[in-house]
Amino acid sequence: MKNRKTPLKIGMVRKMVSIVPEITRKSITELIKNGERADGRSSDDYRDISIEVGVIDKAEGSARVKIGNTQIMIGVKPQLGEPFADTPNVGVLMTNSELLPMASPTFEPGPPDERSVELARVTDRCLREAPILDLEKLCIIEGEKVWMIFVDLHVINYDGNLIDAAVLGSVAALANTKIPNATVEDDKIVLDKENPVALPVKEKPLMCTFAKIDDELIIDPSLEEENVMDARISIGMKEDGTICAMQKGGEMPLTKEEIMSAVNKTTEKTKELREHL
Amino acid sequence: MILVEDKALVVPGDVLADEEYYAGRGTFKEGNNICSSLVGLVAIRDKKISVIPLQSKYIPKRGDVVIGEITDVRFSMWNLDVNSPYSGILPASDVFGKEKRDLNKAFDIGDVLFLRVVDVDEVKKVKLGLKGRGLGKFRGGILIYITPTKVPRLIGKKGSMINMIKDETKCDIIVGQNGVVWVKGEPKMERVAEKVINMIEEQAHTSGLTDRVRNMLSELLGKEIEEETEDVPEPDIDNKQG
Amino acid sequence: MIIILANNNLRADGRNFDELRPFKIEAGILKRADGSAYLEIGGNKILAAVYGPRELHVRRIMRPDMAVIRCRYNMAPFSVGERKRPGPDRRSVEISKITADALRPAIFLEKFPRSTIDVFIEVLEAEGGTRCAGITAASVALADAGIPMKDMVVSCAAGKANGEVIMDLSEDEDKDGEADVPVAIMPRSGEITLLQSDGNLTPDEFEKALDLAIEGCMKISEEQKNAIKNRYGEKNG
Repeated sequence: MKNRKTPLKIGMVRKMVSIVPEITRKSITELIKNGERADGRSSDDYRDISIEVGVIDKAEGSARVKIGNTQIMIGVKPQLGEPFADTPNVGVLMTNSELLPMASPTFEPGPPDERSVELARVTDRCLREAPILDLEKLCIIEGEKVWMIFVDLHVINYDGNLIDAAVLGSVAALANTKIPNATVEDDKIVLDKENPVALPVKEKPLMCTFAKIDDELIIDPSLEEENVMDARISIGMKEDGTICAMQKGGEMPLTKEEIMSAVNKTTEKTKELREHL
Repeated sequence: MILVEDKALVVPGDVLADEEYYAGRGTFKEGNNICSSLVGLVAIRDKKISVIPLQSKYIPKRGDVVIGEITDVRFSMWNLDVNSPYSGILPASDVFGKEKRDLNKAFDIGDVLFLRVVDVDEVKKVKLGLKGRGLGKFRGGILIYITPTKVPRLIGKKGSMINMIKDETKCDIIVGQNGVVWVKGEPKMERVAEKVINMIEEQAHTSGLTDRVRNMLSELLGKEIEEETEDVPEPDIDNKQG
Repeated sequence: MIIILANNNLRADGRNFDELRPFKIEAGILKRADGSAYLEIGGNKILAAVYGPRELHVRRIMRPDMAVIRCRYNMAPFSVGERKRPGPDRRSVEISKITADALRPAIFLEKFPRSTIDVFIEVLEAEGGTRCAGITAASVALADAGIPMKDMVVSCAAGKANGEVIMDLSEDEDKDGEADVPVAIMPRSGEITLLQSDGNLTPDEFEKALDLAIEGCMKISEEQKNAIKNRYGEKNG
């Protein structure tokens, strides 16, 4: 039995970190050692998942995703912009995340903190590497004008495992998105908003997150489980089983066996997740 | 004149009665009227009209027994979270007397204790104490958080509700007046108790609850449960062993 | 520009001058916040959440004799036609302030010294009148959180568009209209806790607009209370 106490961050952040009672930590760990979880799930089960698309009319694409009580509103909006200098014939995908203060007593108002930035960047990496969009098709005038697609993650209730919800919801939202049809006439860009077109979606990657608690790997950690976990591994996978992204989190290390075991589980579980799309 | 019935659901600003009545908890006087300040159920006792809130924070009161978690260890005291906007302090002298000792050796961050609220001053600084039968540190078990206003409902008349749960699940259960509940028993039974307690919290404002709780226990435990007779031994809320 | 009016002077969306847009309010929709509400009016979709009273860590604004109320109004980047950059802009900062000012008079702050009541308003989709909708939703969230109040503050705007004084401006009416007057009241006493005016009105027109806004507030007030009552189902289950 490890004697590790909840590590405290120093300074002002400390008050915002919820300190898990030792009793709770022990009870969760004991259950998991017996292959059980506090909410009755097995180590392999996701909580209830629901996705609604097209929920925000002003957004060209949108989704509300729930995993358990974790809830994220996702909006997709296109903007015309200049391409990056080194990729002049390719559109741009940008992912931004806000951990709204209403979502948790531990979220403060202000510019994105490290948790928010990590969530946005991991989601973005998974989407970009698949790739979810054929960005070349989003080029309108090479070197001058391309479509910039903004995916905005608005976390409204945090109850554990934001990453899987963010990726699942983003894929649904992007698949739901219709942007104005852009054509070039006489060197001018003409946008036809009356006849919007779907985004050029190529791949639909999904992510599975596992938490390590006392040598057991459990999928889709709840808030309580995240608060006591030793480490976390998230694996992004395409439909054909290729790994397109990975992120390890948490303060303790993982072994190679644990990571490969998570990879195998992901292959199986992304099939299930895909049914929600 | 009274404008609402007993147990009516009211919201802030609702006019309840006129000057013939006294303004109790959850109400305020405005001119000749008594109005509700909360979302809650009207309680009329003689000429006093109160509103029992459905949702509220725990505000520490002298004499309360509460379950708290240590959040900080200082030079001569511990800081505790008692599920309230106001944290409490437990002076080291309560545990060590006049000797100077290493506080960590007694209680450390994350430990959960059963304490008494010794004093609350005008700016709500809370002093806690451990002197009393049954007070002290919890070992093992699980914690459940409920709205503090629902504690009486969870305990039941003369403890009937909480005793039914204790007897059927064979768990030790201690209910802090601050809405924190400690349950210890066989792990499966702890989860049964947790489910039942959460259900009571959700439905505390309804009637017929006792029957539904009995049915839920029957279902979860797979057996019939007898209705309690009136000969229920009266438990003491201060009795941690109960 | 020539505006052809139908015989009965209906507005572009078919409403009369004193008609509200269709609206709905739900309470208690978020699990972690102490209180919450969701409100739709016209094309507006607003979420409000309350944490509090809770411990205040910023000593600078702490009051020894009462709670402070802090409000944050924010618009989601996808809530408007042209994507809005995340983060507070000057408009959000002003609206946050006037929202807190609108709600404060109704709350029994003295009951909770040295603490804070935090109100968060998130506009998921905007269609004219978001600040009023935000205040209305915030009141429901405050009640849902068990915060003791004198009354549930409610808010509605009136204004002038196409030469006529009208209730509850739509986005187009606000954009192309002559004046916008957002108002918030404590419905039982009629006391006004928010008042702004933008545009040109004669004193007579202003008074008409104020009356219309208050009338709109009273209609919405009924639904605020129903939202709370519906959360708990029928009394006595």
